[in-house]
Amino acid sequence: MATEEHTDVVPAGDRTAQSPYSNPAGSAVVRSDSFQNPGMPPHRARVTDTDPKAAKRAERIIVGLFYISIVGAVFAMAAYFAFPIRSNDLGSVRLNNLMVGLGLSFALLAIGVGAVHWGKVLMADHEGVDLRHPQRGDERTRARAVEIFRLADEESGFSRRSIIRNAMIAAFAFLPFPAIFLFRDLGPASGTPAEAYSHTMWKKGLRLTKDPSGVPIKASDVTIGSVFHVIPEGLNDKEDALEEKAKAAVLLMRLDPRQLRISPERRTWNYNGIVAYSKICTHVGCPVALYEQQTHHLLCPCHQSQFDITNEAAVIFGPAKRPLPQLPITVDSEGYLIAQSDFHEPVGPSFWERRGDYNA
Amino acid sequence: MLFPIRARADERPARSRRRSGRRSPLATVALVTIGLLLTGGAYTLFTASSGANAAIDLSSPQAIAQGKKLFQANCATCHGLALQGTVAGPSLIGVGAASVDFQVGTGRMPMARDAPQAEARQPVFTDTQTKQLAAYVASVAAGPGLPPSKYLTLTGDATRGAELFRINCAMCHNVAGAGGALTEGKYAPNLQDTTPAHIYEAMLTGPQNMPVFNDDNITPQDKQDIITALKTQAQNEDVGGFTLGDLGPVAEGLFLWIFGLGAIIAFTVWLTARAN
Repeated sequence: MATEEHTDVVPAGDRTAQSPYSNPAGSAVVRSDSFQNPGMPPHRARVTDTDPKAAKRAERIIVGLFYISIVGAVFAMAAYFAFPIRSNDLGSVRLNNLMVGLGLSFALLAIGVGAVHWGKVLMADHEGVDLRHPQRGDERTRARAVEIFRLADEESGFSRRSIIRNAMIAAFAFLPFPAIFLFRDLGPASGTPAEAYSHTMWKKGLRLTKDPSGVPIKASDVTIGSVFHVIPEGLNDKEDALEEKAKAAVLLMRLDPRQLRISPERRTWNYNGIVAYSKICTHVGCPVALYEQQTHHLLCPCHQSQFDITNEAAVIFGPAKRPLPQLPITVDSEGYLIAQSDFHEPVGPSFWERRGDYNA
Repeated sequence: MLFPIRARADERPARSRRRSGRRSPLATVALVTIGLLLTGGAYTLFTASSGANAAIDLSSPQAIAQGKKLFQANCATCHGLALQGTVAGPSLIGVGAASVDFQVGTGRMPMARDAPQAEARQPVFTDTQTKQLAAYVASVAAGPGLPPSKYLTLTGDATRGAELFRINCAMCHNVAGAGGALTEGKYAPNLQDTTPAHIYEAMLTGPQNMPVFNDDNITPQDKQDIITALKTQAQNEDVGGFTLGDLGPVAEGLFLWIFGLGAIIAFTVWLTARAN
């Protein structure tokens, strides 16, 4: 269809050629454009047009490129057999992929480069202008379209029977709502998501155990400068162990008690300088575990928030807004570390229902 | 543009003129290369023979006496004559032989300059001297000893070791052991070429800002598993081809931005350029 309306090639520099702006059909205001069409730059002959030797050379290059493509394809086929994939040898997979891939790349690339090079240096070279078609239909077509709409409206009664029409629109409007309600299933089965965020597995008397073995930790085993990655006792037996771990993961560190600055209400939360903090960053919930034992800074690897363990995990750098929640710990009669309670505030990043006054 | 071929045959200078000289200019280069290779080879042979892995009895009085001399000459300025520490360096009382073997054996001590952290470099002392220093420091006050050699073989459980490494170490040292940045110029070093003994000693003693992972936290068997996992990973052939330092998205992304996008831009420019 479009080819029939193609404008003929306009010779370079012909200013009288019809411009899309010269007769804007249907527009009451005739546009005047201060920008004058400069026309085509003067035609410049290529080397291959003037020099038969250069043309001959270009021909050889293009033929050569297509031959390279053939060589590449043959190489890919040969490489498939020459570098076979052997079972239990991952290196052979790499070599096979590399060689077959190299062959195929050359096969494809050389065809593409050859075709473009052919088009650029040897095929006919002259400038042309293809004008855009006017977008507006002619008067007859437009009148016919209006007529069709009018007829459809009349026959369907869309305007006449407005109650039916409005009821249908309302029906469509209500249709998406059930889908919104189905999103509720993404949350926990019982209780609100906010309740699930607000509590972890930790409770009074639960032992602190090593991740991943679940071996309980004796307070005397935690020497100064140590870091233990901690999970609650019995986590590995839980059905939703990963979900619980995502909230209950704890980092245990021992510092010289003299280095800890402790607020009065937290005086009993550490045991001889052994402190336990939530490992879940209060920014967006990455595991914060890059502990520097000399500076006592805890670094989050995702967004470089830094927490000062000597100062109750206060934020000293980065996008986190709140300190890491501290888990109150003590020891039981056998000397194992136990939790005094759950965290006193929700762990991890903020959520809609989170109260702002936990630290107040 | 793609194949810039121009007739250059007539511009090429005659190359045969040099023939008349007595000696080829390559002779000098060859002579220097041979000389360098000879001295380098001799040096390697010499140092290898003098610093071969020496098994020393750390409790022998000779070793302790030798170590004391070395300590007083090289370490006491910062760590004090009685190991008590000064403003320039921490006390070494109770750090143990493991700590000395790690710090001196990896070249971190003596420290090259005041920096955010001591960096590993070519060790200043031979293995024998390092062990003598360790013997002296351990004789002053007890501390973690050298790792038992049975835990340094790569016969542990690599799967278990990899899990322990991911939980305890990978956040700083990178999941492939390639190392990573910490705060204010400090960093966790690459572990791929670190010897099993030095990995073991680092876990045991917690050098610099690394936390301590004592034998109650990560048992000697756990440590062997971790070392096995690290070395297995380092020796395994990488199926993906170039690892770009195992640094992950930063290195790989940079490579693609420069070379992948660069190639696309180059092709685009070539496609739209007029033929010459």
